[in-house]
Amino acid sequence: MSNNEQIKNPPRMGRMGRGRNFEKPKNFKKAIKRLFKELKIFKVLIIIALLLATLGSILSIIAPDRLSDLTDEISKGLVVKKDNLEILTQNIFGALNEEKIEDILDIDVSEDTILEIMTSEDISESDKEKFREILENAQENDLGNTSNDFSFIEIPKNILNIILKDTYYNGMKISKEDKIEFLMAISNIKDEKSISKKEVDEIPENIQKILLPDITIDNIKISTKDQILVLEELNGISQDISTEELYSKIDKMPENVQKAIKPFMDIDKIKNIALFLAGLYVTSALFTFIQSILMTDVANKFARRLRSRISNKINKLPLKYFDKTTTGDILSRVTNDVDTIAQSMNQSLASLVSSVTLFLGTIIMMFYTNYIMAITAILSSLIGFIFMFLILGKSQKYFIARQKELGKLNGHIEEIYSGLNIVKVYNGKKESDEKFDELNEKVYDANRKSQFLSGLMPPLMNFIGNFGYVAVCIVGAILTMNDIITFGVIVAFITYVRLFTSPLSQIAQAMTSLQSTAAASERVFEFLDEEEMPLQENIKKRLNPSDVKGKIEFENVIFQYENNDKPTIKNFSAVALPGQKIAIVGPTGAGKTTMVNLLMKFYDINSGDIKIDGISTKELTRENIHELFTMVLQDTWLFNGTIKENIIYNQENIKDEDVEKVCKAVGLEHFIKTLPKTYDYLLGDNDSVSSGQKQLITIARAMLQKTPFLILDEATSNVDTRTEEMVQIAMDKLTEGKTSFIIAHRLSTIKNADLILVIKDGNIIEQGNHEELMNQKGFYVDLYNSQFALE
Amino acid sequence: MHLLDLLVHGKSTLINLIPRFYDATSGEILVDGINVKDYTQELLHNKIGYIPQRAVIFSDSVKNNVSYGENGKGKKTDEKIKQAIEVAQAKEFVEKMENGYETQMAEGGTNVSGGQKQRISIARAIARDPEIYIFDDSFSALDYKTNSILRHELKKYTKDATTLIVAQRIGTIMNSDKILVLENGNCVGQGTHKELLKNCEVYKQIALSQLSEEELENE
Repeated sequence: MSNNEQIKNPPRMGRMGRGRNFEKPKNFKKAIKRLFKELKIFKVLIIIALLLATLGSILSIIAPDRLSDLTDEISKGLVVKKDNLEILTQNIFGALNEEKIEDILDIDVSEDTILEIMTSEDISESDKEKFREILENAQENDLGNTSNDFSFIEIPKNILNIILKDTYYNGMKISKEDKIEFLMAISNIKDEKSISKKEVDEIPENIQKILLPDITIDNIKISTKDQILVLEELNGISQDISTEELYSKIDKMPENVQKAIKPFMDIDKIKNIALFLAGLYVTSALFTFIQSILMTDVANKFARRLRSRISNKINKLPLKYFDKTTTGDILSRVTNDVDTIAQSMNQSLASLVSSVTLFLGTIIMMFYTNYIMAITAILSSLIGFIFMFLILGKSQKYFIARQKELGKLNGHIEEIYSGLNIVKVYNGKKESDEKFDELNEKVYDANRKSQFLSGLMPPLMNFIGNFGYVAVCIVGAILTMNDIITFGVIVAFITYVRLFTSPLSQIAQAMTSLQSTAAASERVFEFLDEEEMPLQENIKKRLNPSDVKGKIEFENVIFQYENNDKPTIKNFSAVALPGQKIAIVGPTGAGKTTMVNLLMKFYDINSGDIKIDGISTKELTRENIHELFTMVLQDTWLFNGTIKENIIYNQENIKDEDVEKVCKAVGLEHFIKTLPKTYDYLLGDNDSVSSGQKQLITIARAMLQKTPFLILDEATSNVDTRTEEMVQIAMDKLTEGKTSFIIAHRLSTIKNADLILVIKDGNIIEQGNHEELMNQKGFYVDLYNSQFALE
Repeated sequence: MHLLDLLVHGKSTLINLIPRFYDATSGEILVDGINVKDYTQELLHNKIGYIPQRAVIFSDSVKNNVSYGENGKGKKTDEKIKQAIEVAQAKEFVEKMENGYETQMAEGGTNVSGGQKQRISIARAIARDPEIYIFDDSFSALDYKTNSILRHELKKYTKDATTLIVAQRIGTIMNSDKILVLENGNCVGQGTHKELLKNCEVYKQIALSQLSEEELENE
């Protein structure tokens, strides 16, 4: 129960760190709530950081949309403008339709004209007969609509002269001669689908203009002449013409036509989009950068605050806290846990926010762009993730097993190495080898299985990504062919698939790291919330060390450790007069060290009183009491520093002569003189200073402290008997003029004490000096004789 | 029968040379007349029951801790183990524990006290039936009473064995057949307690530092 025992147990950070990887917070919600409460002072910075993270994500979500536009623009530079080409060809090949021809010819077949022809004497009977036939045919075919077949062509010229007249078409005069010429020209056309330039050329120019009026495509005017030239090129073109052939034909077309239908990249537009995209990405990166700087700053400031709070807290904690907590645990809270909080807070918080934004934003953008594609992308990713979670669920088991087996193996190795002498000399090698092999095999097995499964993850993640790409490409291609989406949308969706899958794993990661943050902060705050020692603000009394005479009274002291069910000290009363040497003896667990702890006010007594010069310790501050005492403990405490520094420790205005004087007094002088740098010799983890000499150094340190009281707690038990003699002499010098308490289980060291208190089970069962106690023939005699027990 | 005790400096080192944790730079150490270097490790170790100052406890049951290792005489019977535990004065507390002899020891034996650890560690040596016991300051955590009972019982049990004890307390070794006094690696005296008090100044100093003159005369 004593403080000393805590020091003896070395912190086992390694083991603890290992176990903690899997630790989950006891109450995640509460822990996170508390964490945010503590983070309140950094509220503004955190909000800015999270806002930036969100903005950065939003910007990167917009990007694919613009990327889609960019792709469309670029693809325009690679593919013939189909639409324009179609308009042009329709215009050209639709030129010679019956209606138009009719409109142009504007044949007069009224009753009067027919009568005039039939009654004309200049026209031969056979011509009249032919005309009649044509008219009848035409009427039969189309109920009066003169159409089809260029039957007019067969109409004798003299009759044509009559039915064709000079007319106006859209204000343009078309003479009878032109019409006849036109009729002649089209009569030569064999196939209206493949009109040659030569054939068109025979058509009078004014009629050409009507047939192929100027058209404007994409603000480019294409004249009749140009159209005739195109017609020449397009002649005989078929559906399955190769791109090369088409391109060579286009190259021969007039320049303005080329401009309208040839692939064309709008460099300015592309430049604009590219610049916009670049700006977007740079801004997004900048936001993320500032965000991460802010978060790092906040996390580390927070960690610094936590560390200094813990450091302050340690000094305020009552000793009883350290009884129930191992040093390793506290150390781990200060170092590991605070580090975990700082690190994972830095990573998880912003990444969680930006991932969620990215995830939701991507879904929204996908549906906004095209819902079929969106469903495709989400479904294909989902299938992959279901696979992934199935595997993860399986592998978790092996990961835990792996950790457990590894712990067992390490435990075994640690055990064997720390007891190597025993293993060797007891011929336990075979046994431990067998156990090692068995554990090693288990670690191998668990490792192999867990790593095999975790090794599946990266290719699986790749597969999910690629599967998404393929699905998006296939569905996208189908939609593009049906003209529902443009090629750019596919490109955008390939980016969306990537944006969509990566935040999911990031969210999962952030959640685990948030869990460990919660667990770590839970422990840190648990420590910070520990009950502190009562405040001493209202204590005004102070004893000056130089004025204290040195009387101590214990009055019916009762004390019980918090987690014990019986009091350790029961109704203890005793008086120590100034300058007396009081020895406390008794078997282990009798409460000797507890007495000292009470005297030093490390613990508060349950009832009774301890008085120094008649003043209750309850009315004095702990610091004041500590000023009055010097302690030399069983475990010598030296720090890394020179001998001189170690002796002067914590005291001011100590001259070198003083140090030399005390060293001489305790018999250290000779030893120090033999050291390389004498008083400046650096004490470290080396063995050149024996435990006895270390004890002498602590006694020298104690000697420098001019206090009225002295406590020696088993100060000689770690020292061999001959050195003990030296230490004993040194201690006798140290106790001169001081009221001293000596705790010892080697009774030879306390025979000269003024008062020996024999404690058993928290009570004084005998008291007096050595002779008196020996004469009582009680417990003390038993204790004393057992030292020399003979067979 | 041969009892040998060593004092002060270099004592642990000397004793470590017997099970060959280290080898002597020069000179010979003979066990049963044969140089320790000429034994196989296994054979040599079968003769030795070594108890270090710091008790080693394995995270296994009390029983397995006591029966640990091989001594070339086959598996140790439960009876033998119980007997060893009894001689080592560990029977009382072991039987009081929740699962008795099957009680699992925590790593490093943190669930028992230092003295209990030491007694289990002594029981382990006893269960081996060695020819030579080596106690390397291994009574330090025992209180005087338990210590003296244990050594009394042990003496009864190990009549034929050689016992080497490294000790600091005169009380522990006063009754040895032979006490070696070492200082700075040299043997500065050997003999019984009484002989040494007369002949060896170093021994006398040590004795006086622990016992008063009257006490010494009384012995």
